[in-house]
Amino acid sequence: MSLHEVFTACSDRAALIGYLPAGYPTVEGSKDLLKAMISGASESPGCDIVEVGLPYSDPVIDGPTIQDATHQALQAGFRVRDLFDVVTSAAEAGGNPVVMTYWNPVHRYGPDAFARDLRAAGALGVITPDLIPDEADDWLEATGTHGLDRIFLVAPSSTEQRLALTAKASSGFVYATSVMGVTGARDSVGDAAAGLVARTRAHTDLPVGVGLGVRSAEQAAEVSAFADGVIVGSAFISRAEQQGTDGVAEFAADLGRGVRGVRAR
Amino acid sequence: MTSRSTAVPEGHDPDERGHFGPYGGRFMPEALIGAQDELAAEYEKAQRDPEFVAELDHLLREYAGRPSRLTEAKRFAEHAGGARILLKREDLNHTGSHKINNVLGQALLVRRMGKRRVIAETGAGQHGVATATACALLDLDCVIYMGKVDTERQALNVARMRLLGAEVRPVAHGSATLKDAINEALRDWVTNVDHTHYLLGTAAGGHPFPMMVRNLHKVIGEEARQQTLEMTGRLPDAVAACVGGGSNAIGIFHGFLDDPGVRLVGFEPGGHGLASGSHGATLSQGSPGTLHGARSYLLQDEDGQIAEAYSISAGLDYPGVGPEHSWLKDSGRAEYRVVDDDEAMKAFEVLSRTEGIIPAIESAHALAGAMRLGRELGPEGVVTVNLSGRGDKDMDTAAKYFGLVPETEQEDTR
Repeated sequence: MSLHEVFTACSDRAALIGYLPAGYPTVEGSKDLLKAMISGASESPGCDIVEVGLPYSDPVIDGPTIQDATHQALQAGFRVRDLFDVVTSAAEAGGNPVVMTYWNPVHRYGPDAFARDLRAAGALGVITPDLIPDEADDWLEATGTHGLDRIFLVAPSSTEQRLALTAKASSGFVYATSVMGVTGARDSVGDAAAGLVARTRAHTDLPVGVGLGVRSAEQAAEVSAFADGVIVGSAFISRAEQQGTDGVAEFAADLGRGVRGVRAR
Repeated sequence: MTSRSTAVPEGHDPDERGHFGPYGGRFMPEALIGAQDELAAEYEKAQRDPEFVAELDHLLREYAGRPSRLTEAKRFAEHAGGARILLKREDLNHTGSHKINNVLGQALLVRRMGKRRVIAETGAGQHGVATATACALLDLDCVIYMGKVDTERQALNVARMRLLGAEVRPVAHGSATLKDAINEALRDWVTNVDHTHYLLGTAAGGHPFPMMVRNLHKVIGEEARQQTLEMTGRLPDAVAACVGGGSNAIGIFHGFLDDPGVRLVGFEPGGHGLASGSHGATLSQGSPGTLHGARSYLLQDEDGQIAEAYSISAGLDYPGVGPEHSWLKDSGRAEYRVVDDDEAMKAFEVLSRTEGIIPAIESAHALAGAMRLGRELGPEGVVTVNLSGRGDKDMDTAAKYFGLVPETEQEDTR
């Protein structure tokens, strides 16, 4: 499946996208958590897309929850080569994996080799939070060559010109950050989110996913009403920390009901 | 020697997106691009606004104390092969280092942009103190992020910042030093960017910071060139400066970039020695990558994870470096060498004893470099050294290093 096909299959609702870092709490442990995220529980399916994070030493747009989890992964000895293994495991579990990574590890690995190896491992796309299309010539080429979707971010502060530029460079979907800030669960998704989705849609037919701050089925339902994808990250880590794989599976199922419920009303 | 204008021509500016050759640019979250575009546009306008230029010039003269002096260090020169050693006295500026040049310029820009809140990172505390000072002067709210390790080794500067009205937030993540303070400042900025300016303290970060910070420090090199000519009747053989992020070095280098006969030599912190792996010699030992908004040399492992730097000097303890230095290294216009902790502390002691000037430990790296350059050049040589800051803030470190205060007594006086 391609990301396009995943979103098409979800046509009457938003896709649920769940984030967890590779290597957290260990490489094998992260495979289990991702499988739980994909399978869901109690006959309710889990995430349509899983976002596998590459732990990085300097995660400048992550809040404390993801910082701590990725730090723990690195302390446990996570290496970039482990990422491919985790992605393959998620794909084999029936998931649709994309990778979220800061740019320096890709730069170091070599953009072309990174795209090639990730595609071979079964990844469908890559989210790059600190790479803007203006600096992405070699990445556009590498992802084009190897058939990997490239997901850039837009923010409430993005001008129309930048929304157009970013949407044009993106494929698969566009990642809209709901609030100005770092990752982390919040009580409410910013009011800016719906406006940003609408502004982004004016520039592209690509699906628009909303991330940052979503932590409950209610919020997922709310976002599902105006976006094509609901991205949940920090809240999954908190579940994993407190309740392990079972908690993650149940939470994914719960969020899944949230994104489905909204259109079934 | 010719005495042509010291103005640096446009030729040394990056391209419009901030690239110095393959370095620089913007490797930043999209959420911050709008603020950086706004800053770049405002800076462009301000540079051409006679009122802004006059106000900055006035503050630099009447408040910061510019031009800073050039002092010939004759007794120190005996330890430097007899070459003439000229000290560019940025340590005599208000707040005790070169940092004030950049801070006053950016703080005036903050006011122009109508923002009320300033955040900044600091390593040794020099930039934090300078920022807190400018915010007190211009009535701006000020939050300083400082690695927890650094708040401990620079406790006096923490007190100074607080006295000046700034809030100091210790950062305990990662190595709890300068790099982590920058990460935390960036997180604050992305959250509060609509009313907050990130007053970056070195010539690094995403465009326009490397160019803007360099331009605000160019005055060091312009003055040093003219003063060296006046004092010696010729240009120096070499200009020496310490390089952490590299703002003082890029400032003095720029006065001499178009003088091909003048060697530009940057001295990086060798910490416990290169072999130990505990150092901050980014240009000498690193490789290109992206950190804190720009492509530049970095200390990183084979996975692209950023390494933890180390130096006895908190201000040089950084695994990155400003992108223009990477470009100057690759182009061969500047050379970068390494001075370890012990060699720097030796120079720290020698300058104190021969000239009665206690340098910042950062600047002591440049002084150690000047001692080497002087020996290589011999008595005919002239070396202009950027004495970027004073050493008062380093007395605790120095007292421990040299055993100047007995342990128990030292504890008691804290």
